[in-house]
Amino acid sequence: MSHVPHCHDFQAGAKKALDDEHLQALLERTLKDGFQKKRVQGMSRLPEYDQLRDAARDLKDHVLEHLDVYLERFEAEVIKAGGHVHWARDAQDAREIILNICRSVDAKTVSKGKSMIAEEIALNDHLEANAIVPIETDLGEYIVQLRHELPSHIIAPAFHISKEQVADTFRENHTHLDPERDLSEPTTLLTEARGELRDKFLQADVGITGANILVAETGTAMIVTNEGNGDLTQNLPPVHIAITSIEKVVPTLDDATLILRLLARTATGQEQSVYNTFFTGPKRPGDLDGPEQFHVVLLDNGRSELLGSEFRDILRCIRCGACINHCPVYGVTSGHAYGWVYPGPMGSVLTPHFVGIEEAHLLPSASTFCGRCEEVCPVRIPLPDLLRKWRVRAFNVGKPGGLAGLALRVWAVLARRPRLYQRVMNLAVGALKMLAGDKGALTSLPGAGGWTKTRDLPAPQGGTFQARYKRGER
Amino acid sequence: MSETLTPLDVLPAKPRIGLFVTCLVDLMRPSVGFAALRLLERAGAEVVVPEKQTCCGQPAYNSGDMADARSIAQNVIEAFADFDHVVAPSGSCTGMIVEHYAKLFADDGPWRARAEDLAARTYELTTYLVDHLDLNNTGAAFDGSATYHDSCAGLRELGVKKQPRTLLATVDGLTLNEMDEAETCCGFGGLFSIKYPDISGAIVDKKAACAEQAESDLLLGGDLGCLMNMAGKLARRGSKVRVFHVAEVLANMTDVPAIGEAPSESPNEGEPT
Repeated sequence: MSHVPHCHDFQAGAKKALDDEHLQALLERTLKDGFQKKRVQGMSRLPEYDQLRDAARDLKDHVLEHLDVYLERFEAEVIKAGGHVHWARDAQDAREIILNICRSVDAKTVSKGKSMIAEEIALNDHLEANAIVPIETDLGEYIVQLRHELPSHIIAPAFHISKEQVADTFRENHTHLDPERDLSEPTTLLTEARGELRDKFLQADVGITGANILVAETGTAMIVTNEGNGDLTQNLPPVHIAITSIEKVVPTLDDATLILRLLARTATGQEQSVYNTFFTGPKRPGDLDGPEQFHVVLLDNGRSELLGSEFRDILRCIRCGACINHCPVYGVTSGHAYGWVYPGPMGSVLTPHFVGIEEAHLLPSASTFCGRCEEVCPVRIPLPDLLRKWRVRAFNVGKPGGLAGLALRVWAVLARRPRLYQRVMNLAVGALKMLAGDKGALTSLPGAGGWTKTRDLPAPQGGTFQARYKRGER
Repeated sequence: MSETLTPLDVLPAKPRIGLFVTCLVDLMRPSVGFAALRLLERAGAEVVVPEKQTCCGQPAYNSGDMADARSIAQNVIEAFADFDHVVAPSGSCTGMIVEHYAKLFADDGPWRARAEDLAARTYELTTYLVDHLDLNNTGAAFDGSATYHDSCAGLRELGVKKQPRTLLATVDGLTLNEMDEAETCCGFGGLFSIKYPDISGAIVDKKAACAEQAESDLLLGGDLGCLMNMAGKLARRGSKVRVFHVAEVLANMTDVPAIGEAPSESPNEGEPT
């Protein structure tokens, strides 16, 4: 079983976020003035950006077409370099594989780099249940872990937490430090976290990271980070495990650089992330450092099914977060409302596949189809089209049901019968106009699905166009 | 689509245009339909309004109801079978026909061909006026300022961006002030606004704030759904910004009350029209 949904009602989750003024201000500032502006700046320094997007789309499509070939080559190269490859069919498989590796070295603590795949398989819970302490070393993940929360964004896990809240969390948890210390600046918070984590890196028996890219020709697991915590997690403990999913593989190092030219620019506007680490095999004779053992866990968890489905294009995703950063819905709901591991448009395509459309039917419909996600996607995933395909599946299992479904049916029946449609609409428009009286807009209209809760409903002018046109009005 | 202009020499002297009024304009704001009619005729076209038209089918399509979307699309395809060109005062409904109709008939060759044929001759109003009829003088006047919201489907599916601005530049006395976040969704999204009223309301609240900050008399756009959403929010905020469809300004029809405005609130009340 994968990580189970933690929020079953997107509407309720969204309402909670909407009522949180601090969160709303944080979202506005971080998305609009942060991610969105920085992406535009990053793109403006790369005139060939759009050609690179085409090339990256074609590369990922090629890989998906020959996924078996590249994964087997990757496996062979990892083994050649002295590492081990473990194939995990599902989340439970992956957790058991990782637990067994940890047990084989009698691990007590595990240092962890940021990994959404680890979130997907709910790895921390499993390790804790087996008396192994996982320590998140990415600052955002560390904060989220201390607060017993979940990431709300795939590249900025503590996105929903303000620096004041972080300061409170640190005071509550780092009780051996001076309670009166100044924690008002982000750099102070960073320094404190770094100090807390330094020993833990050194004590960890196993280091677990994700991988952004797997390079088939060299058996390399590649990660990008901005904090360097990934390097310490990979190099200091005696065992390193890279937990990753099968669609991350590319054929060559050149191909990896194509992805890298797009990834950071699209995600944060950086030309490159601060650390780009290519990790190949365990410590070799003569190496000054590095782990004694190097393991790669390749997770499928339903991706093979996606590969053969109408949702295949989502497997091109390089997890940059741009669709999330530019989604107007995410911009007011934040990530937790989405209920599972991946939020925003890419999440609303992935989640129904992982948890079922009956559970996740609200996600594909939680989009205005504004198309901004597709516009900013570095690998040109047609996200609105994929969301619409999920809506078709939701419709086919009776969602939306109830009054909304009925109203839609009635509308469809009328729209195919122009004469009847015009008669009924004339009456409807007349009734609405009467309700509005001499006002230009209705401030309350029960049955309008809550429209008038947040805004007025402009009243009709009176008479349909068709009726007025027929009467000779021009 | 807009790149493949039909050469003028193969066009009939006076193209015969079918006006797709769209259901929202038909029901909520006929003046937008009359404005489109005036503009097209002013630019020298012969315009017909087929009676058989109703809705483009987008509510069904975006709700995953493909069977109903198909049959509504068939009604539109039949209604507009006999026109040189089809024009709609909406980027969203035009986008539905141009970008999505053919997808509805992926497994139905004859209907797909008809859908593609309709898609190839269907245009959003301002695009058609500028790119096809070369309308360069609307003859309209408005003494004041306006800001413009780029509705998503028009902008991203059809590339509607310059065309309304080109036309607005010919309106005597009108100043255009661009607003912050002009290309950001207003939160309407059709049935989304009804299904997720709280989220939609929060998104349009931000949009309304941007419109107010543009310090303009009018907020204009090319899609009535978005305009009703923004007008409804501006009214709730007690804002003074008046909302019109761009066609109404271009056709010199700002004497009618703005969207969501009572006749008694309209500054033109009592003036001859």
